[in-house]
Amino acid sequence: MEKRVTFKGIWLPLLLVLPQLVITAVFFFYPAGQAVYQSLFIPDPFGLSMQWVGLGNFEYLLGNAYYRASFVTTAIFSIAVTVVSMGVALYLAVLADRLIKGSGVYRTLLIWPYAVAPAVAGVLWLFMFNTRVGVITWYLGVLGYDWNHVLNGEEAMGLVVVASAWGRISYNFLFFLAGLQAIPRSVIEAAAIDGARFWTRFRTIVWPLLSPTTFFLLVVNIVYAFFETFGVIHTITGGGPQQATTILVYKVFSDGFVSQDLGSSAAQSVILLVIVGALTILQFKYIERRVHY
Amino acid sequence: MATVSLNGIKKTFGKTDVIHGIDVEIEDGEFIVIVGPSGCGKSTLLRMVAGLETVTEGEIRIAGARVNDREPMDRDIAMVFQNYALYPHMSVFDNMAYGLKIAGTPKAEIAERVNEAATLLQLSDYLHRRPRELSGGQRQRVAMGRAIVRKPSVFLFDEPLSNLDAKLRVQMRLEIKQLQRRLGVTSLYVTHDQVEAMTLADRMIVMNGGRADQIGAPLEVYANPQTEFVAGFIGSPPMNFLPSDIEADAPDGARTLGVRPEHLRIASSGTPATVVYSEALGAETLVHVSLPQGGQATVRQDATMPLPAEGTAVHLEWNATDRFFFDADGRRN
Repeated sequence: MEKRVTFKGIWLPLLLVLPQLVITAVFFFYPAGQAVYQSLFIPDPFGLSMQWVGLGNFEYLLGNAYYRASFVTTAIFSIAVTVVSMGVALYLAVLADRLIKGSGVYRTLLIWPYAVAPAVAGVLWLFMFNTRVGVITWYLGVLGYDWNHVLNGEEAMGLVVVASAWGRISYNFLFFLAGLQAIPRSVIEAAAIDGARFWTRFRTIVWPLLSPTTFFLLVVNIVYAFFETFGVIHTITGGGPQQATTILVYKVFSDGFVSQDLGSSAAQSVILLVIVGALTILQFKYIERRVHY
Repeated sequence: MATVSLNGIKKTFGKTDVIHGIDVEIEDGEFIVIVGPSGCGKSTLLRMVAGLETVTEGEIRIAGARVNDREPMDRDIAMVFQNYALYPHMSVFDNMAYGLKIAGTPKAEIAERVNEAATLLQLSDYLHRRPRELSGGQRQRVAMGRAIVRKPSVFLFDEPLSNLDAKLRVQMRLEIKQLQRRLGVTSLYVTHDQVEAMTLADRMIVMNGGRADQIGAPLEVYANPQTEFVAGFIGSPPMNFLPSDIEADAPDGARTLGVRPEHLRIASSGTPATVVYSEALGAETLVHVSLPQGGQATVRQDATMPLPAEGTAVHLEWNATDRFFFDADGRRN
């Protein structure tokens, strides 16, 4: 039985939800509205006047080779971050699930990276891979590999992917571990008695039963890779070299605040808004029929 | 079809001894019920036979071969779990076919064997359903079917009926027994329900605190319990335990006198007692009496006998041949 509190008047309940409404309005609806509004104009560099261009900003963007390249970069980046962070997390979670002794310590240690802010994580990785003094760069040099992510776009991409995925492993690990532990032990035992060895059990029992968790994480991680990796990219590569790591959200920043092209930047924000909206709808639709078995 | 032998089986979890040495030889086709209160180690024993728990000490042989170090899948056994442990994302058909598919059985044969088992268990109409679309009794049958189709040498049942309601439990009990008779597969069945043990077992192992107190045919165990624990555990309502000095001819060392409720009679002379409460169950009546020496006893009598009112002073009597004496350590005197 759910117990609900009922109010007589309208003012108290309104007052109670007001903080949430104000926060949503100030930090979401207002900026989003501003973005939509500004995307229809081109302001002058000093912000003194604006010229109405209709959908001109969007038209320009879709015809722009750099912007389309940024789409591809974003796709590669987010798929790589998602696959790496989820793959490693699943592997660690499977190991932790089999662990009987010391699992508490193991879990706690694995959760720590989640507490590191993306920008700080970016700086940590930047130091390790610094082309002159980085410890990993040095060891790679010993092995005969000349690491230089400042010049090599692929290496730069690899580095931002690893740095972004690293902090995310903890989060994914927690969900995977919870998902694994929700599978009744007796079902696994029944499969073992039925003749399935570890890998067969994983493929035919564990993986299908884990699929709700996997799908949830897939959506969440893609959204993360799209938007929350700004700090990592900003500290490590700044979008370079030659825009090799300029993902959409970074381009919003560099076009808007570095190049002062606010109209284009706003139009890019609107496009991102549509993408997040689509991802969110996908996720909600999924949650409604959450369990597939 | 196989024999199963347990030699000096011991199990410790860390520093806790759970099973203190069990020896039993199970014949081919025999239905063995392991019965005991919760925490007596009965499920652990079964799981060791299944290979889901390691054996700390001793030896398990199935069909003569030592299986201690074999994986569950290499022991030629099938197990039915208390919560059925069906694969929730597979249809009934796939649940039953899973083991066969892994074994690489040809498709036609899988279909044939699954259909055969489904017919036997009246599941033919449900083969395309998922487990969650089935009732408790049907899930139970699917779990049985999954065990049957693989044609294993040994069936292991871990309290398979405890999640069912009372009526269904009685029905499934009968079905399991008939099925086992028909297939003739050696079976080990764990339960805490002594009625299940009495009705299903060819022989039963009564476990108490990690030891097998008694191993024997149900009626033999009932008629001749070796320990006070077994005497009290097997039989419903349980055996009455009275101080042995009620009897003038109690043997030396005996501390407790045990008499089953059906062997107590309300009579005009004998041990005095006071009626506390009577339960009329229809065919029979249970009369609970208290004794002046302390303690209570239950008399089980025919419904046709007069029903004594509460607070009546009565006398109890019993035959000397129906008495059991137990020592201070719980063993038969």
